[in-house]
Amino acid sequence: MMGDSNAGQKFTASENIRHFLISNAVPIIFIGLSAAAIPLSGFSAGYLVQEMLTRLARNSFLVLSLLIPIMAGMGLNFGMVLGAMAGQIGLILVTDWSVVGIPGMILAAIISMPIAALLGLICGKVLNMAKGREMVTSYILGFFINGVYQFVVLYLFGMRGILSVPFTGTEIRIPITNPQLVLSRGYGIRNAINLTGIRRVLDNAFPFSMHLNIGGGTSTINIPAGTFILIAAFCVFIVWFRRTKLGQDMRAIGQDMAIADSSGIAVERTRIIAIVISTMLAAFGQIIFLQNIGTMNTYNSHEQTGMFSIAALLIGGATVSKASIANVFIGVTLFHLMFVVSPMAGKELIGQAQLGEYFRVFVSYGIIAVSLVLHAWKRMQERERARRGLRGEG
Amino acid sequence: MPDKEPLLRVEAVGKEFFGNRVLEEVNFSLFPGEVLGLVGENGAGKSTLMNILFGMPVIQQTGGYEGRILIDGQEVRFQSAFDAIDAGIGMVHQEFSLLPGFTVTENILLNREPTAYNPLVEAFGDRIRTLDRQAMRRRADEAISLLGFSIDPDTLASEMPVGHKQFTEIAREIDRKNTKILVLDEPTAVLAESEAEILIQALRNLAGKGIALIFISHRLQEVMDLCSKVIVLRDGRVVKETKPEDATVFQIASWMVGRNVETPVASSRRMADTEVILEAEKLWVDMPGETVREATFSVRKGEIFGIGGLAGQGKLGIANGIMGLYPAGGKVAVTGEKLPLNSPAVSLSRNMAFVSEDRRGVGLLLEEPIDWNIAFTAMQVQDKFVKKLLGGLIKWRDDAAMRDAALDYIKRLEIRCTSHKQRAVELSGGNQQKVCLAKAFVVGPEILFVSEPTRGIDVGAKKLVLDTIQRVNEEFGTTIVMTSSELEELRSVCDRIAIVDSGRISGTLPASSPAEEFGVLMMGESLAAADIAGGNADGR
Repeated sequence: MMGDSNAGQKFTASENIRHFLISNAVPIIFIGLSAAAIPLSGFSAGYLVQEMLTRLARNSFLVLSLLIPIMAGMGLNFGMVLGAMAGQIGLILVTDWSVVGIPGMILAAIISMPIAALLGLICGKVLNMAKGREMVTSYILGFFINGVYQFVVLYLFGMRGILSVPFTGTEIRIPITNPQLVLSRGYGIRNAINLTGIRRVLDNAFPFSMHLNIGGGTSTINIPAGTFILIAAFCVFIVWFRRTKLGQDMRAIGQDMAIADSSGIAVERTRIIAIVISTMLAAFGQIIFLQNIGTMNTYNSHEQTGMFSIAALLIGGATVSKASIANVFIGVTLFHLMFVVSPMAGKELIGQAQLGEYFRVFVSYGIIAVSLVLHAWKRMQERERARRGLRGEG
Repeated sequence: MPDKEPLLRVEAVGKEFFGNRVLEEVNFSLFPGEVLGLVGENGAGKSTLMNILFGMPVIQQTGGYEGRILIDGQEVRFQSAFDAIDAGIGMVHQEFSLLPGFTVTENILLNREPTAYNPLVEAFGDRIRTLDRQAMRRRADEAISLLGFSIDPDTLASEMPVGHKQFTEIAREIDRKNTKILVLDEPTAVLAESEAEILIQALRNLAGKGIALIFISHRLQEVMDLCSKVIVLRDGRVVKETKPEDATVFQIASWMVGRNVETPVASSRRMADTEVILEAEKLWVDMPGETVREATFSVRKGEIFGIGGLAGQGKLGIANGIMGLYPAGGKVAVTGEKLPLNSPAVSLSRNMAFVSEDRRGVGLLLEEPIDWNIAFTAMQVQDKFVKKLLGGLIKWRDDAAMRDAALDYIKRLEIRCTSHKQRAVELSGGNQQKVCLAKAFVVGPEILFVSEPTRGIDVGAKKLVLDTIQRVNEEFGTTIVMTSSELEELRSVCDRIAIVDSGRISGTLPASSPAEEFGVLMMGESLAAADIAGGNADGR
């Protein structure tokens, strides 16, 4: 039965260790899994380091974009896929206009920013109507905006239009001139787009490689320095942002909306700003992600972005209400280490590489579910801890 | 001082809520450095007065107030709390409004942080200014030292003892440079005695610095120690304005409860020799707003046991905790046998029933008819009103039995309704309460908990409800534990009354004891401290 002990507010050492293990359960499990799977997979250390660096560069920006809404108490922003869609629209257009290299990326970003800001504004307004249920709302909102995105990309983009303004004959169409981008029927974007113009332009902007000597063999590691410089700049921005008045207001709102409101902070407006920033950063993150991959699945690339970014952040030890920059890098590394290692480990173990792909999806959904349950459970535990102060003078 | 213009003058302030007068002709004035003690029972009008003073929207929405409020001789009429703050009124609320993950400094300066310029301000506006941590720290230190107390400004609010939270809250108000009047609503309610003493000293320091204080407390001794002037409110009027040195705690308590001291009380029966049926030892209940910390009491078989006390002190939590509706701990024994807490089903199966103070939430199935409501608990717990087929494999609802029971109670309790099929939501408050009682009676409980049975119902229904409770007690020997905010009601029905203060039983008295003694217990004083011989002081 609960509450029979008279321990008061003091906690024993074993309780504190337990508390530590519980709070960090997810990363600990993943470190354990990786430690078991790496030797099984038989990959060389050099290969793994190269892969991790590439994937850190590819994904970190997207995951970092989740931090600001968590700070503002809005949970995991599943609505970041809205930003990803905006980024992809920018990429489709610059590919059509054949703007290549760094200028292409910058132009794609310039095109996607206002779209992302608008989508973020919509998302923020909707989330203000669904306080306390932000995550599920933004998740479903992602599906809805996905429908709008598909309509735009599938029917409005093209070499000829199929819709026109009634009685005027003016076509409603976003002109695309490159036939390689358009479905053979003349409108709608193809599913696979080759982003040759901007492939790895940021990663290789400052060519940098080093020789690594691990486990006997020497391997050459290419470091995507350009992207890392950008990510580092962004981290500095987040650290600085936390120290601004706006950042402080977001932290206050994240802890207690009612108290923040009664002290005169514009709660709703600040929450919208948090989501707009996150959505715009996600658009930029998606552009970085796709420049590394080099090809884009018009109708799928964005869908997994939200899920995988959130899973990575949670694996890094973040929770629905607390996340740090360290969580981002630890999470991306651990999550992708599992991705890389598990197909080979699976093959070695039971002779099937598909296990890896299965594992990937299973893990991302599973981790999100487990994290949400752990979060609820931890909050219950904290209430229980607080309740100890009820009896006597505590 | 009197020849100067007072800092705050309240002139003939009155307030009506929907034809219900809660404040009438309140006059007082306050000079810089003065400490005004405001005392009164629940519902005496203290909160309404403070809401008017603080410009709370609820006052505007219900038609404003009468009379005038003058600050420095200028009439003010606040539209919102922010207007009041601008005019120099600070308020420290009963419940803490601190952010748990913020440090003392951050909490004190919440939304008033000093900031510094950076170039991005040109692009994104003032909210992107960086916080000036050093200036924040400096201002927090100043506010804390003004209180004459030391707290580490870098401690997180979640890691502080309650006393320090209260100081942080006050420091937040005095950090506002223009705060001239500080209202403290029950600031010591959550504090231990030693912490309260430090707080009182800090408030004296503040008054010495020229800030005027309005101190609301039900701990009369503190009021006497701290204040330079005491105003006693009763039924919305100022019944007494006095200096603490001209009155005793006992006199103030009797002014507060004054109105009905002469009301005849039901002749107290002698119950002393019956066995104990319900015993609670160090019971705690985590009911929001009605926290019970350490309640120890025992109820004898066949008696009507009253539980009284001011709102928010925990009296409602006791019945809710024993019935398993809120997380609880400690020891409770029913007829000598230990009762496992936190399970309503177990509590019900021990022949206890509960008429909740939350009629519409817990007490009734609002959308269902009267007969279903009456039969519901008995059906769930005791398999009453159930026809069994195939040896109990299939259970049918026995509608005929339900109807008969409902009709019987409708007649006996005079429930005014169109038929036993009328939905509970359509009944008046008094009739809903009677349905709740019927629902409890059907179970045939040995112990019946009744919480706030007359809250929000009219006078005629009130008498009937109370008579019914007494009749059940006499006819069936049902032990009754009745919780009520109205002391007079308890005194007219109960045999003994326990008074709850700060989550503890501050004393148990026979119902025939003088009202003043109950008043003193409610104010958190032990009877011994108030110099009444023969009291049941419990050593607070």
